[in-house]
Amino acid sequence: MKDVKLTVGGLLEKAGEEPLGPTPFPSSIELREWDMTLLQRYKPFYMPFCDLCCLCTFGKCDLSDGKKGACGLNMNAQQSRIVLLACCIGAATHAAHARHLVEEIITKFGRKSPIDVGGTNIDIEAPVTRVVTGLKPKTLGDLEAILDYAETQITHMLSSTHTGQEGNNLDFESKVLHAGMIDQVGMEVADMAQISAYGFPKADPEAALVETGLGSIDTSKPAIMVVGHNVPPAIGIMDYLSQNGLTEKVEVCGLCCTAHDITRYNPKAKVVGPISWQLRFIRSGVPDVIVVDEQCIRADSLDEAKKIKAPLIASSPKNCLGLKNRTKDATDDIVSDLISGKTAGVLILDPDKVGEVAVRTALSVAPKRKKFKTIPDVQEIISNAKKCTKCSECRRVCPNDLLIPNAINHAANGNLAKLAELYDECIGCCRCEGACPNDFPIHSYIVKTAEKKMKEEKYKMRAGRGAIQDIEIRRVGGPIVLGEIPGIVAHVGCANYPKGGIEVAEMIEEFVKRRFIIVTSGCAAMSAAMYKNEDGKTLYETYSGEFDAGCILNVGSCVSNPHIAGAAIKIASIFAKRKLGANYEEIADYVLNRVGAVGISWGAMSQKAASIASGFWRLGVPVIVGPHGSKYRRMLLGRKDRDEDWYVYDARTGERNYIGPAPEHLFYAAETKEEAMVMTAKLCMRPNDTTKGRAVKLNHYIDLNKRFYGNLPDDIHLYVRRFSDIPITMKDEIIRILDEKDWKERTIPDPTLLDRLIRKRET
Amino acid sequence: MSNIPWQKAEIPGPKRSIPLQRPETLASLIDKSKRPILIVGHRASEIDMADMKLIDYAINLANARSIPVVATAHSIKEFFNRGYRNATSMPVMDIANRLSDSEWNGLDNSGAYDLAIFIGIPYYMAWLIFSGLKHMSSRLQTVSLDGQYQPNASWSTPNISPLELQKFLDILLERIGENQ
Repeated sequence: MKDVKLTVGGLLEKAGEEPLGPTPFPSSIELREWDMTLLQRYKPFYMPFCDLCCLCTFGKCDLSDGKKGACGLNMNAQQSRIVLLACCIGAATHAAHARHLVEEIITKFGRKSPIDVGGTNIDIEAPVTRVVTGLKPKTLGDLEAILDYAETQITHMLSSTHTGQEGNNLDFESKVLHAGMIDQVGMEVADMAQISAYGFPKADPEAALVETGLGSIDTSKPAIMVVGHNVPPAIGIMDYLSQNGLTEKVEVCGLCCTAHDITRYNPKAKVVGPISWQLRFIRSGVPDVIVVDEQCIRADSLDEAKKIKAPLIASSPKNCLGLKNRTKDATDDIVSDLISGKTAGVLILDPDKVGEVAVRTALSVAPKRKKFKTIPDVQEIISNAKKCTKCSECRRVCPNDLLIPNAINHAANGNLAKLAELYDECIGCCRCEGACPNDFPIHSYIVKTAEKKMKEEKYKMRAGRGAIQDIEIRRVGGPIVLGEIPGIVAHVGCANYPKGGIEVAEMIEEFVKRRFIIVTSGCAAMSAAMYKNEDGKTLYETYSGEFDAGCILNVGSCVSNPHIAGAAIKIASIFAKRKLGANYEEIADYVLNRVGAVGISWGAMSQKAASIASGFWRLGVPVIVGPHGSKYRRMLLGRKDRDEDWYVYDARTGERNYIGPAPEHLFYAAETKEEAMVMTAKLCMRPNDTTKGRAVKLNHYIDLNKRFYGNLPDDIHLYVRRFSDIPITMKDEIIRILDEKDWKERTIPDPTLLDRLIRKRET
Repeated sequence: MSNIPWQKAEIPGPKRSIPLQRPETLASLIDKSKRPILIVGHRASEIDMADMKLIDYAINLANARSIPVVATAHSIKEFFNRGYRNATSMPVMDIANRLSDSEWNGLDNSGAYDLAIFIGIPYYMAWLIFSGLKHMSSRLQTVSLDGQYQPNASWSTPNISPLELQKFLDILLERIGENQ
């Protein structure tokens, strides 16, 4: 690390605009004490995914019943080790994506090209990078040094998982938090680079409303499907179309984060939907050419492309799919080979060449393909359903235990409605097909029977706006910290939903009506768009895109998530004037105790989602995941029944004060959306809330609890600090409970977990 | 009656639950337990059992031996709707976390539980919770009563149909108390 500090030292000096805090470019050790403070309150609860460890040739080792492996590792440490591995994978993926983007953009725009994510509306353009490293990047070239640091840290974290390295579960957990923090840095670098270079919306609350959903695609035109996370190849396509006057003649439609970023570049592109829409879209036959870049892409995309006779172009060295590298070949030759079917796919690592090849191929292939699809007709479905052996294998491999056998049984009798009903809850994994002994294409049956519904999927999603403006932070910083805006709720992450994406939209609508600030990103942002109210409008059409109470703003793709963390950091820096540069611990302490923010990743699926979440934990932002998120095998749970866990210092006096379990958990899987909503309202409470703010927050918590649980929460007495905290309309019933619990008024401190922030000690 | 995990890929390792082939075995376990607890998830009010729901059987089971009930997620409302007021509302992650703590004195502060029966939690979530308790709470016996084999529980019903589960529960309710 010393080398890294020397390398960036020049940049720090060059920045030279703010006094640095205590931890510039920290290794995991500098922030270990903060991690241990968090982990003391939010202890890991492990749920092993396997009794065994099989990572070295000593093994397999059985770790059940308190046994240790041949290396001496116990089950707790093994679980935290796997969590660290997952977070390193996630952080490495974002950092590598950032490196790839920065290299590409520097090649095109030059190292001295300025960082600009919001013009004059943003002074703190890199809040995460600055709070972590102390560096204020000004040019694209400055981003390289930041990535040097991130890559070094990720390598160190990954090395800790080797056999015979770290042996303590809490130290593994500390490294998990470090990997998460570094992940936020990598993501921020990626989004800063692409916003600056490609002219994405710059902190624009009125970013364009873009067409979303399968039904929004004009199937009379050739269509190019782009999927993944690295946008340059998709930009190559849009640029080629524009330069050749073809923009109106070809549909460019995206899935997952490439869809976000291409619509940030050009709102004429369309969003098909979240990542789980991949198979249904390919099998619909609509795409004439499929362009894959990196991350979250189905490994069998080439096989699926072949089935519909659509050529595939792979465009990332991370995802070559066994295809021949044609980057240096003549464009005419590549196009010719794809059109003739001589090759089913090619690897092209030049985004501009991808653009030309994709467009020319699509234009030639489309008239021949005539939207050839692999969806069976109704008669075939009914006929095959009659041959079903009722083995239930399809249901037993379905992640959501969908009642597929029942639906097939109805189909055998000519009733296809039950199959169509599965469409909304199906996550498109296609495991049912692999399990079927008759090789029935069950996923295609579902898609066919829901064809009408699919064609009606026409929505509007606001394109990713990027960062939050400084002026917005100034406007809402006070009400958030005092608790008068009840909270910031961020819906982020993947689409592994237990009951379909509509639950995301329902949760968002509930909280935006309650005047929380709602932030979205990634696949969750798309799911939020795929729901219309009684006026036929989506949430994005109904609510403003500002960072304010009762608004919904989409920050963008996965790598835009640091704008959410950045907003919390900027509240500490801009509103509360806390020192920003290299001052991570103090800022995280501020966020944990004062900023009522909660992240929800209802369909969290990937290792990236794990590292994104861990970046929020270290910053003091709790994260709720859906029930599938329990498969991350470790929760970070507070215990409200242990009073001793909920003491903080009063920074004014040094006195230790009980603050109640706020926030109660740091990482938590909810069983249902109803539970998630009650917990969201609860996790927005912070020790620093004013009495007015706490009354507002309690009002939401109690109201939701009554609605979904049918009673008053049994822990109200832990959250009421003063009589003036009690919501006025609930006074009688709450006072009755307080009397039963022998409740007494208590002090509201100036809360901190950091001894060094005490201004005047009691003598 | 198969005792392959209901979700077939969910294979845990060498330590697996004992299949409850006969309801009498569970009746005996419950009778011998000093401190049983029943944890009921939201799916219990979704699963049909003839003219009743699984949650109705859970209430009957709780009443048969005054077993304290934890209702997870929003299932507490379903208990209220049925006139059952004694359930404690708690997220499933919270009750699992407390059960894994050997020093936790229970909902009534009267000591640790020795038998935890789970009904109506989503399969994959329950799978992980049973795993957590299997590894972190060696003195607690756990039971899965959903008719879908849970390999990480101490005891689990095998994979049986709703009708077979209904018969299992009917006999269980008849036999509880015979061993006391």
